[in-house]
Formats: sequence, structure tokens, C-alpha cells
Amino acid sequence: MKIGVLALQGDFAEHISMLKRIGVNTVEVRLPEHLNFLDGLIIPGGESTTIGKLAVAYGLMEPLKEFGRQHAMWGTCAGAIFLSKDVSREQPLLGLMDIKVQRNAFGRQVDSFETDLEIDELMKATGTEHPYHAVFIRAPLIESVHGDAKILSALEDGRIVAAQEGHLLATSFHPELTNDTRFHEYFVSLAS
Amino acid sequence: MESKTGTWTEKKGLAQMLKGGVIMDVVNAEQARIAEEAGACAVMALERVPADIRADGGVARMSDPDMILKIMDAVSIPVMAKCRIGHFVEAQILEAIGVDYIDESEVLTPADEEHHILKHNFKVPFVCGCRNIGEALRRIGEGAAMIRTKGEAGTGDVVEAVRHARTVIGAIRQLQGMGDEELMTFAKNNGAPYELVREVKTLGRMPVVNFAAGGVATPADAALMMQLGVDGVFVGSGIFKSGDPSRRAAAIVKAVTHYQDASILAEVSKNLGEAMVGRNTSQMPEAEKMAGRGW
Repeated sequence: MKIGVLALQGDFAEHISMLKRIGVNTVEVRLPEHLNFLDGLIIPGGESTTIGKLAVAYGLMEPLKEFGRQHAMWGTCAGAIFLSKDVSREQPLLGLMDIKVQRNAFGRQVDSFETDLEIDELMKATGTEHPYHAVFIRAPLIESVHGDAKILSALEDGRIVAAQEGHLLATSFHPELTNDTRFHEYFVSLAS
Repeated sequence: MESKTGTWTEKKGLAQMLKGGVIMDVVNAEQARIAEEAGACAVMALERVPADIRADGGVARMSDPDMILKIMDAVSIPVMAKCRIGHFVEAQILEAIGVDYIDESEVLTPADEEHHILKHNFKVPFVCGCRNIGEALRRIGEGAAMIRTKGEAGTGDVVEAVRHARTVIGAIRQLQGMGDEELMTFAKNNGAPYELVREVKTLGRMPVVNFAAGGVATPADAALMMQLGVDGVFVGSGIFKSGDPSRRAAAIVKAVTHYQDASILAEVSKNLGEAMVGRNTSQMPEAEKMAGRGW
């Protein structure tokens, strides 16, 4: 099992250290050839405009789309934006997941928050019962899911914060900033 | 379940999202858009870049909130703004208008020559400058959720940035080789909080994100700082005081991502036009240096 982490910008090192904790081999992906022989790819948190521009500049858009059609892929925050089809503004997107995302949906940094989520799918998959503590930072919101995409988790008021479409995963929060490895374990199960 | 805002995880976390990126000084909305378009991961809104603050002299203060708000409206990336060292009311104002990060900065004229702001009192996160590990850990002790090595702002001379990054990173290496019984003396000698010294030894790195600043003018300068081991780069005067800001800005962004790939660095360094004129810091009188501000 080898998982790549897109290392153009953002907190890729935090994802790598989570994957290492659960015994997974990792690769930093900066150029198309780094995608060879990977079982899955994580797109980290960061600035989605920066990540998108660098992906375009180094010819990664098509190879990433191709990779995502066949392999597991997970985007956290900026990564979720990058995976989506629509963010209501002009910026490079992979458009792999049939979800509509709103950037900075909760406000500015002073509005960033932590909260507990009940995520049935995750608890079932990992055989655990305690809630998932989620960290949101200038977070996007998943406005709506379409087609085969389904809601994985929502806040109490119904706003969607995690979605899954087959082997593709999007979370508007940052599991890599916690000590809870359940989301990474869940993703690795999708990749195998 | 109630939500919590302004936590230490939230404050440190935003800086973690900026890693591997370039934060650019901008003085108006148009420059902010150029920076975002070039791939900046955040912008620093200020009225004058450090090179102009140097040239103009006088007292340098927090920027006009209206000008900062216009920059916040113009871009979707995080916006930082500077307050004077120790000027907690400027910080309160910046927090009230909703900036994403406050830089308590030596580039502005200090408001207090003994104390920094108690940054734990704020919901908004702070970044502070340092020249060595003691200064870095004192700032973190006061609540800074991000650190930048100071360098010498507004000079285009990278030598001080290198000196400060090497000093900090060298001290981290030194700590890792020390026995636990040596840590209290290290804390005493460096004027650093003991608990944070222990944490640095355990982690083998700073407990918060550490960027380089002060004198970065070229893609090679930026990659040099990355290879020395910082998490990202601030570029102040280096971009908008150069001949072709948008081209240079995009090149520095690429250099920070591909900092270990010399053939990409060669490619992005081509045809960037004039770099900022620059000022050799070794010939600069001590009194003109900004890095000495901070206690």
C-alpha cells in the first residue's frame, strides 16, 4: 500500500505523518511522474487557488483527473474544493466529485471552529463509538451533493461537511490536525 | 455539541495551511490581486513596503483599516496586517475588522520597548519575528501561533535571513543532542520558557510553523531558505519593488514548491527582469537595522 500526498502547497507533511502512524508508505507528489505506482492520493489543506495554479503550471490537471477516475482520492478543505465540480468562481478544479462547494463559507479566521461530529459510516468502518472531533479552518461548505455523491456528515443545522462518491472523499475539516487516525484508516480502506 | 473558536489548534492550524507557500506584502487591492493571481498563499496588507519605510523615515504605524478592508474584499486568500510591537490597541482594531493573522512586527516603529503583546488574549492568531530560539520561544510563550525569522526587511539582502534561520535551526539540532538535565540551563541561557524548550527537544522542531522573512528577493533566495529548513517564505519589498512583479511573484511561488529541484529553479529564474535594487546589510549602521527591535 502506497499513498501519495499532493505536495504543491499546504499541510501535506501533517497528512504524511498521520499515514506513517498507521503504517502506510507515502510519497510526496509534485510532478505527474510521482503518481506512478500509487494506490491513492490525498490533496491536503492549503490555499486552493495556489494549489490549482501550481497543478496547472506543472501539467498535473489531466494526470490527476485520470488518477482519480481509477484510484481513491481524498481532499481536505482546499483539497475538497479542488476535487469538486463547482465553487461559483473561476479557479482550476479537478471536477471529479459531483459536489458544489462554497469557499470560506463560515467567515474569516476568527470564525474558524472545532466541534464534534457523529459520522455513522466512519464509526461503522472503524468499529468505534465516540464522536469525531473536527477542526474547521476558514473552511468551505459542501452546498449540495449530486449524482452518485452522498452525504457523509453534516452539522446539526444540516450543513454538509463531508461527502463520498465511490472511492472519492471530501471533508471540509482537517483530520490531519488531530490525533484521531480514523479518517485516514477509512481512506486507506477505500484505497485497498 | 457546542463549537469552540479561537483555540490554539485553530490559531496554529491556519499557519499550517500556509506551509510551502509565499506570503506577499501588498499596499493596495490591485497588488493583492496580482499576488493572488501569482499563487500567493496569503497577503500582508500594509501602507508602505519595508524598503519605503526605510527611505521615508519617521514613525511607521498600523495601516488605515479602510485600506486593509479593501484588500480583504479584493482577494479570497487570507489577509494579514501589521501592528507595532507592544501596541495591543492596534491589534484590537485589526482583530475587530477581521484580519486573518496579525504580524506584531519590528518593521513598524515599536510602541513598547520592554513588552510585547499578550497574544493569548486574542481570538485572532499572531505571527512574530525572531533572530534566535530564545526570542522565538518567548513570542510563542506570549501566544504567537506562527514564527518568522526576521532577516533584515527592505534590503533585498538575504544574509540576515540566512543567519537567523541557521541560528534557530542550529539550536533545535543542538537541543536534540542534549540530556534532559541540560534543558533548564539552556532555557536560562537563551531566555526561553522551560516548558517550550522541552517541547522543542521532543518534537525536533518548533512547536509552531516557522517561515523565513527579511531580504528574500529571488526564487533562488526563497529555495535557499526552504532548503535550510523553514516552512515557507514571506516576501516583502522583493516583489513590488522589482521590474516585473507578477512574473517574479509566480516564479518565487514555484521555487518554494520545487525548492529541491535545481532544473525547475533554473527554469523559473529566467528572464525575471530587474530584481529590487537592494542594500548591503554589512554596510548598514546598527541603528538602521530593524531586526534588533524585539525583546
